[in-house]
Amino acid sequence: MKILVIEDEPQLLSNIKESLEKEKFLVETASDYHSALDKILIYEYDCILLDIMLPNGSGLNILAELKKEDKSENVIIISAKDSLDDKLKGLELGADDYLTKPFHLAELNARVKAVLRRQRLEGKNTIELGNILLDLTERSFLVNNQSIPLNRKEFDILNYFLLNKNRLVTKSALAEHVWGDNSDNADNYDFVYYQIKNLRKKLQSSKAEIEIESIYGIGYKLVAL
Amino acid sequence: MKLLNQSIKYLSVSILAIVTVWAVIFYFNMLNEIKSSIDEGLENYKRIIIQNAEKDSTILTKKYFDESFFTIQKIDKQQALSVKDKYLDTILYMQDADDEAPEPEPVRMLITAFELNNEYYELKVANSMVEEDDLMKELLYDIIWLYISLIISIIFINNLVLKKLWKPFYDLLNQLKKYRLGKSPTLPTVKTKTKEFNDLQTAVNTLLLHTIEAYEQQKQFIGNASHELQTPLAIVTNKLELLIEEGNLQNKQAENIGEIMSIIERLVRLNKSLLLLSKIENKQFLDNQSVLFNEVVQKNISDFEEIAHFKNVNLSFIETAKLSVQMDSSLANVIISNLLKNAIFHNVSNGSVSVEISDNLIKVSNTSNSQKLDGNLIFNRFYKTNSNAKGTGLGLAIVKAIADLYSFKVSYSFDNTLHSFQIEFSPE
Repeated sequence: MKILVIEDEPQLLSNIKESLEKEKFLVETASDYHSALDKILIYEYDCILLDIMLPNGSGLNILAELKKEDKSENVIIISAKDSLDDKLKGLELGADDYLTKPFHLAELNARVKAVLRRQRLEGKNTIELGNILLDLTERSFLVNNQSIPLNRKEFDILNYFLLNKNRLVTKSALAEHVWGDNSDNADNYDFVYYQIKNLRKKLQSSKAEIEIESIYGIGYKLVAL
Repeated sequence: MKLLNQSIKYLSVSILAIVTVWAVIFYFNMLNEIKSSIDEGLENYKRIIIQNAEKDSTILTKKYFDESFFTIQKIDKQQALSVKDKYLDTILYMQDADDEAPEPEPVRMLITAFELNNEYYELKVANSMVEEDDLMKELLYDIIWLYISLIISIIFINNLVLKKLWKPFYDLLNQLKKYRLGKSPTLPTVKTKTKEFNDLQTAVNTLLLHTIEAYEQQKQFIGNASHELQTPLAIVTNKLELLIEEGNLQNKQAENIGEIMSIIERLVRLNKSLLLLSKIENKQFLDNQSVLFNEVVQKNISDFEEIAHFKNVNLSFIETAKLSVQMDSSLANVIISNLLKNAIFHNVSNGSVSVEISDNLIKVSNTSNSQKLDGNLIFNRFYKTNSNAKGTGLGLAIVKAIADLYSFKVSYSFDNTLHSFQIEFSPE
């Protein structure tokens, strides 16, 4: 899987690169409009992460260029501007998703994987790992083909963990993903903890071959047993 | 005091002074004029008496003032020669038609001497004069009348003329009173030919333009500053996440990193809220459509259901009408989610939150431990009841900003243990 990251801020670029490489993606980078344009016109990528505000030009022009060349790459816009206008314009020009800075690496990971999976979707939208299966269409969770009832939040949390397998998911990333913009209260952490406790119980009692580990009390990691 | 009345005040005082001085001068001039005219009459009278005395010698023995106002007394030559015509003011006792007893009356008297058939006589001719106190009284009345009529005319003229002249000024003043920074689309203008008012208008508008510019810059600054902070915040967040993933941390170090992360989280939330606030104030949300609040509330309640359950807070929703409002749908959502969030998080275990929707208002009420809040302060930015509150202190300020943008009325009330926030929508 080849990913191109177009971002002019070198520190952010290296963070994203490092995080994506941990997922065994092949990551290439471009830090200005012209080099980005060169790369997208020459090479094929599975996914492009695109910053809208670039030196020498707008990321939206790159999107337009892609569309003109009839390239069907998956594009996720990364922008410091949480502007509905840009979002709509971006999505209209063929972007697949829009992520506002600052974001958690776990969130970026989940978005990239979701976009890639949507592309490869062949009628079924499920995640399998060991003896478990998460059906995103039916919103059901099976362990050894046995259905285990999960509430809405537990399902979302498990989905998020599976997209970030073996990666750190901080409590705040989890709260933000599951709660969206409503996550601005630290009370949510207790709630997250409570949900995870229930989820762990269900995983244990159903003998699922996955486990949610705590990491330094800062976050969690899903690992296969 | 109004300018009109001020000018009347000063005018009436100065006119009083002028009229008084004028009255005194007029009185003395008048008195002099009267005296010289009487003196001429007395002179005339004298000649007639002397002519008559030549014909009728009985006149020469008239020693007392009675019905005809003169006396004649024989004097020696020596005396007569030393007499010069003399006019004087004196008093005679006389009985007028309307008097019961003789009264002292002021008279003007001519003392003179004449010679008839080698005999010398002294002649005193008197003529009654105006009484000075009468004159003064009359004059005083006249002056009071003059004064009153002057004042009345001035008030009248002032009202008519000055009001007309000052009209552009009052127009400008009224427009300025209604002017709201960032809301009024046009600068106050009046059409006038008066130079002073045109100057005033120019000066006021220059000042307003400066203020508007400063206001816009300040708004822009908050927005830009928040924007610029987004990327550095993204970098630190991600760097720390990568650092933790590296592992090999001692528990103490990890704990510290965890604390730093939660501080950065707070910064991120604060920054997002400021950005939202600045966008609301810069009117960047204008995707107005008909928003059904019943649906917005329903959606938010289902979003908050689990956490409310976790916190042991009961959520209830009472709809007595369908409430549809023209506004940006994402802002409608922000209002409801902020109010609900507050109501759930500032609650007690086994407490309750109720949302009521009626014809033109939404009311969110919750139970709480805290006392009545200060309704004037809670909508201020960064207002917190206790310093270790975990929120940004901007939630209600955002609600207020949205309400102001659309001219909705937000209010807070406290009844027993129930805190209520109410949004009233202007009927369309």
